[in-house]
Amino acid sequence: MLKLDRTRIKNGGFTLTADLQIPRGARVAVIGPSGAGKSTLIEAIAGFLPLTSGRVLWEGEDLTDRLPGKRPVAMLFQDGNLFPHLTAAQNVGLGLNPNLRLSDAEHARVQEALTRVGLKGMDSRKPAALSGGQQSRVALARVLVQARDILLLDEPFAALGPALKTEMLDLVSELATETGATLLMVSHDPGDARRIAEQVILVAEGAAHAPQATAELLDNPPPALKAYLG
Amino acid sequence: MARRAQPLSPAAGYGAAALVAALILGTLAAVAFNAETGRGLSAADWAAVRFTLIQASLSALFSVALAVPVARSLARRRFKGRSVLITLLGAPFILPVIVAILGLLAVFGRAGWVSEALALFGLEPLSIYGLHGVVLAHVFFNLPLATRLILQGWQEIPAERFRLAAQLGAGPRAMWQLLEAPMLARVVPGALAVVFAICLSSFAVALTLGGGPRATTIELAIFQAFSFDFDLGRAALLSGLQLVLTALAATLALRTPVGEGFGSGLDRMLRRWDGQNTFAQSLDTFWIVFAGLFLLLPLLAVVLSGLPGVLSLPATVWSAAFASVLVASASTLILLALALPMALAAAQGRPLPMEIAGLLGLAASPLVIGTGLFILIYPVASPFALALPVTALVNAVMALPFALRILVPACRDVVARHRKLALTLDMRGWPFLRRVVLPRLRAQIGFAAGLAAALSMGDLGVIALFADPEVATLPLQVYRLMGAYQMQAAAGAALLLLVLSMGAFWILDRGGRWHAEA
Repeated sequence: MLKLDRTRIKNGGFTLTADLQIPRGARVAVIGPSGAGKSTLIEAIAGFLPLTSGRVLWEGEDLTDRLPGKRPVAMLFQDGNLFPHLTAAQNVGLGLNPNLRLSDAEHARVQEALTRVGLKGMDSRKPAALSGGQQSRVALARVLVQARDILLLDEPFAALGPALKTEMLDLVSELATETGATLLMVSHDPGDARRIAEQVILVAEGAAHAPQATAELLDNPPPALKAYLG
Repeated sequence: MARRAQPLSPAAGYGAAALVAALILGTLAAVAFNAETGRGLSAADWAAVRFTLIQASLSALFSVALAVPVARSLARRRFKGRSVLITLLGAPFILPVIVAILGLLAVFGRAGWVSEALALFGLEPLSIYGLHGVVLAHVFFNLPLATRLILQGWQEIPAERFRLAAQLGAGPRAMWQLLEAPMLARVVPGALAVVFAICLSSFAVALTLGGGPRATTIELAIFQAFSFDFDLGRAALLSGLQLVLTALAATLALRTPVGEGFGSGLDRMLRRWDGQNTFAQSLDTFWIVFAGLFLLLPLLAVVLSGLPGVLSLPATVWSAAFASVLVASASTLILLALALPMALAAAQGRPLPMEIAGLLGLAASPLVIGTGLFILIYPVASPFALALPVTALVNAVMALPFALRILVPACRDVVARHRKLALTLDMRGWPFLRRVVLPRLRAQIGFAAGLAAALSMGDLGVIALFADPEVATLPLQVYRLMGAYQMQAAAGAALLLLVLSMGAFWILDRGGRWHAEA
């Protein structure tokens, strides 16, 4: 279980409060008006933003003071998910060892992951030689080898076309099922939430609310969400 | 978790900044404690102060006054080779001073090309020793710099303004009043201040073309107090004086943002509608040809006069060349070891200490640091034995401000772009440095290393203080050959020095960009 225990997060002049918990293995969409603090919430869980008070716990373990790389968290950002000077295989390999010293078994795992996301044979390509969708797949292959308990998505597919975005979300959903990861994804699109998330966290007016069942919330939106959905 | 997590510890940067500050402030303290104030300044000292100020003012005035029409011509003309010419304007920055002086002598000297041409008309030959020689050499070095600074001003005028002016049918007078005069009023004071500050600490030019009671700069006087009288107290006093002047000039120069002064970005295309008549076109052609010849003729002269001698160079030249390559390599490594950690710490949100350490390097002149180091080393070891390591170290510190200017923006960019991804992957410290920073910064590191190597290779400053007759770097050897009137050997050695400096820059700069991708 991921628990945000009476947390206050300050980002610039803006403060977000969150007091909620997410069960292990859940798939949760984070929605709300832009500027409401969706990314702030995700970045605090990932460890990029310090908490002014409260704690972040995973399975009862306190993560609050841990560096981002020492948390059981894998994250995909809006952009810059790959190093442009490294090959696809190297980018994936970083998920196993940040120094890229990989054993034979680890090399094999990298190849397996690339095959799993449909990029067999593209291991020596650099990101510039891959399409946008393929770049997303490389990042997902890395998430796969990282095998972290929590997967955070900060709209990594926003630049893709609608069909490709759906395809990627389905792949994410499959991978999360295979690895049993707990998924939190920021989304602008209620359709995405309905598609792969069974629960939704509404972020509005300086607070992240406890998760609620997706269909229920979207069908009977509270005023803040209603204003956003239109 | 008070601070945001960063992939690299700033400790190495702090360490490097502290080392630089300790070196500069330590030598300055040594200078201050040893300065002999009792005697006060002699008449000769005052003459040196006066000459320093006069030559720096004249050099700044002439450089900028000539740079305005040249920059104007370059701003409004497009021709084949324009971008090459603009790149060449950056070359004097890494050109060894002694090489340029030999070239200037070959063109403007007593037996030079211009004098020979004058003799055809029965006119007296030129002499470029003394004030006008010093100013000529300074204009040679700083006209290109001033041109680049002013050209930048011209190119910062938005294209829409030129379009509007053309639409209004503005003639040359109106263009001047509307666009050019206000821009120049903004840019020219900065260019003047920069050139003035650079010429203030001129040593090698004054050493070769000046001298005597009427053409001695303070830096040269420091050197003479050392090598002729071995009067450390007086050298320290003069160093103190020099320090005050450079610090004042540096603050003046730093008030105005300068941009890079070298590097690229000045060949943007811009459509212009004014200055299409024949008079304006021939005027611009004149200025571009003038600047091109003024820059290229001395270099051509170095090559032509050096070629006959380069194959029969004396062994002392080759050993000096070897020493220079060693010094330049060591200096480049020292520079990178200082500049990279400082740039990375600055990029991760701790710019102030790094900037201060970098500025110290600008304010203190090499001869002042050299004097201080000499005073510090003298009681414990023979400074002459340490001539080459000291030269490498001082050269590195002198190149530091430029290296930081090149590296800090690039580091900031890399950290901003890859910080979060690296942190989620737990790439911190060495893995981040090796897998992200070094590959991403190759081009900038190569450029900075190339500048450092070329500057060190061509430097004739500190080495003159520390060298005994047995030891010499190549620039010093060229100077000694000139002093011994072995002009053929000097010309050959100068050509070798030119090739080594430019070659070092080219190899490192190219090496950084080799197979580098986006």
